[in-house]
Amino acid sequence: MSLSRPGGAVAGLMLLLTLGTLGAVAWRAEYASGLARADWAAIRFTVWQAVLSAVLSVGLAIPVARALARRAFRGRSLLVTLLGAPFILPVVVAVMGLLTVFGRRGVVSEGLGTLGLPPLDIYGPWGVVLAHVFFNLPLATRMLLQGWLAIPAERFRLAAALGAPVGRLLERPMLRSVVPGALLVIFLICLTSFAVALILGGGPRATTVELAIYQSLRFDFDLGRTALLALCQFALCAAAAALAFGVTVPDGMGGGLDRVVMRWDGSRWLDALWIGAATLFLMAPLLAIAWRGIGSWPDMPPTVWAAAGRSVAVALISAALAMAFALALALRPGPLATLAGVLPLAASPLVVGTGLFVLVYPFVPPGAAALPVTALVNAMLAVPFGVRVLAPAVAQAEAVHGRLADALGLSGWRRLRVVLLPRLRRPLGFAAGLAAAISMGDLGVIALFAGPGEATLPLEMYRLMGSYRTEAAAGAALLLVSLSLALFWVFDRGGRVAEV
Amino acid sequence: MKTTATIAGLLFATASAAGAQTLTIYTYDSFVPDWGPGPAIEEAFEAQCDGCDVEFVAAGDGAALLSRLRLEGERTEADIVLGLDSNLVAAARETDLFAPHGVEAEFDLPVEWNDDVFLPFDWSYFAFVAGEETEAPANFRELAESDLSIAIQDPRSSTPGLGLVLWVQEAYGDEAAEIWEGLADNIVTVTPGWSEAYDLFTEGEVDAVLSYTTSPAYHLIGEDDPTKTSWAFDEGNYLQVEVAAVVESTDQPELARDFMEFVTTSGFQSVIPTTNWMYPSVTPEEGLPEGFETLTQPEGGLLLPPQEAADMRDEAIATWRDALSQ
Repeated sequence: MSLSRPGGAVAGLMLLLTLGTLGAVAWRAEYASGLARADWAAIRFTVWQAVLSAVLSVGLAIPVARALARRAFRGRSLLVTLLGAPFILPVVVAVMGLLTVFGRRGVVSEGLGTLGLPPLDIYGPWGVVLAHVFFNLPLATRMLLQGWLAIPAERFRLAAALGAPVGRLLERPMLRSVVPGALLVIFLICLTSFAVALILGGGPRATTVELAIYQSLRFDFDLGRTALLALCQFALCAAAAALAFGVTVPDGMGGGLDRVVMRWDGSRWLDALWIGAATLFLMAPLLAIAWRGIGSWPDMPPTVWAAAGRSVAVALISAALAMAFALALALRPGPLATLAGVLPLAASPLVVGTGLFVLVYPFVPPGAAALPVTALVNAMLAVPFGVRVLAPAVAQAEAVHGRLADALGLSGWRRLRVVLLPRLRRPLGFAAGLAAAISMGDLGVIALFAGPGEATLPLEMYRLMGSYRTEAAAGAALLLVSLSLALFWVFDRGGRVAEV
Repeated sequence: MKTTATIAGLLFATASAAGAQTLTIYTYDSFVPDWGPGPAIEEAFEAQCDGCDVEFVAAGDGAALLSRLRLEGERTEADIVLGLDSNLVAAARETDLFAPHGVEAEFDLPVEWNDDVFLPFDWSYFAFVAGEETEAPANFRELAESDLSIAIQDPRSSTPGLGLVLWVQEAYGDEAAEIWEGLADNIVTVTPGWSEAYDLFTEGEVDAVLSYTTSPAYHLIGEDDPTKTSWAFDEGNYLQVEVAAVVESTDQPELARDFMEFVTTSGFQSVIPTTNWMYPSVTPEEGLPEGFETLTQPEGGLLLPPQEAADMRDEAIATWRDALSQ
């Protein structure tokens, strides 16, 4: 069997889950009003903040990832795991953590106050960008770090021996192949931002397309306009993807022997500064969340634990599905698989959920479908990250060992097992960890489908928040963060066992 | 494996439940958990209904509830929908999915309520909740002139947020835009829902938050904290009235009607104050729990009739948006 065949089926499934669900929503529409003036303002703001957030996140990630790539120190592996944490935080939890540090009564404002300065005003368009950088800097750093680690150690040795400029000869070609993809992914994540933009945006100036979708679906029940707005998001996605892939230059330098990289270039102090600054920026809000949650641990009702168990089960299934889907897409060359690998990022979870509801409702009671559908949708949301991480690794493994494998007549399943999978261990571990953590923290579509007693941990946390129990909710948030991080660490670690 | 078992379990549960008398009630999220009103109400009704089974299905918030029912249409499993806000009543009525409740009751509401389809089960006044040390403004104008910081909810995604813009529109009419422009520098931020705004308040990010006059009761009774209060405004405080309705396509019309009758009795109403933290729509025999007498009593309650609220909604939201976007 050809290795590219399952990719076609998966691409079809992704298109069904994104464009198909949109179609289902449009099909149920009884009437449609066009886009209003306010919608265009929302589109402008959405694009503006997404571009800025993507550029800043990736721009700051370059020095941080380079510093992490070329320095070895005690605790580096733990730090790399922890630095990934903000990306997998549930939005409301992360925003509250950020406010504890940067809010009007936050640590920074208190500090400014003792110096006689006015408090920090985080609310506004810049607050939205700050929060998006907080979320996505870790992701950008990890994506670039993978790029750096993929440059074979032999190259650096050779460059050091010859006194050749590492930046121009080795790093710049790698960045040219990785940066456009990273920019695209973060742009698309910020494109569908909803709660961050609202809470930190400070008012209706910071209205995003996703909010307009929410309003037209929930309050107006205008399914036609909902579908139109969702289509706008996909159009923006397609335009951004075309642009990003247009400027990507594949890195075709061949492979090495997977040795540990030793570096002789760069300033030790500057690298320490970048790592220190990123750690402070990313870890302070996390500490605030832990601090808030640890005291209220005993306040948590027992239902939280049952919800946690359900969430872990869903996360494991999602991670397995997401890896199967992502690998299938990564093994299939061509535009269809590429498109299917980014489209889920631009999908509005609310539209996907509603569309699936319309599709599933005639056959299965929504309550019965709640957990399977949540696992499937969470897997879909993680596929783009999996593809971004796996596709370059597959390409490189093929570039290095492809000809030998051809000569030996290895194909199909055996080629995957013998040639590819051993080289995909690290990216697979990372991507599976990411998928499990994303699924863990995402509210997903369960709120739309939930029947009696089917709550996942994020839903349970929202329910606690919704009935004045902020203390218990803070405890649940800490449990959620801890479990997400633990899942991420186990997979990521599993993928790295091979190296020393 | 686990999911297969879950699906099978649920399918069987639904199949067997169809045999017994099951009353399926769609409600909002915070109604169903152990600490919400759901479990106690379920127990009380099951004790009197002779072998029936009440099943609560949580479907997001009030607005999500209605959109889920509209998606399901006449084929819905729901027998009763409980938890629509009075501002959603006009939209709910237009769907023609609901049937008259047939209940006669004397409501303890500050306004007149006559509706043969939508039955109020609890209510409260919208109000800004603050610490008692904060000096209370007497109305929106004073609030706008003060340095107080507030958090509000977005009227496009939350029912309290919608209540607030209707409140300002009803109290100030043509001057509403001016009020919102004055409030712009007091509003620290606008959140998607009630929970996020309330969290900002409890974390000390803002001096006051839009919530209910009954919110301080939670802090007093639930946390033994008497320091929270709410502000009565002299233009009157807007009301939130939450209603229940029978779904026309129900396969349990008699049981549904029994439940609607039960809604106005003490078995239901006495659960509401200390689980949903709202006023009961019919004061139960034993009166209100201790502590409720300390709550702020606004002089007047404002409430637009459902159709007028629906007609005014778009204009009120546009006024709010334009004034705050400048």
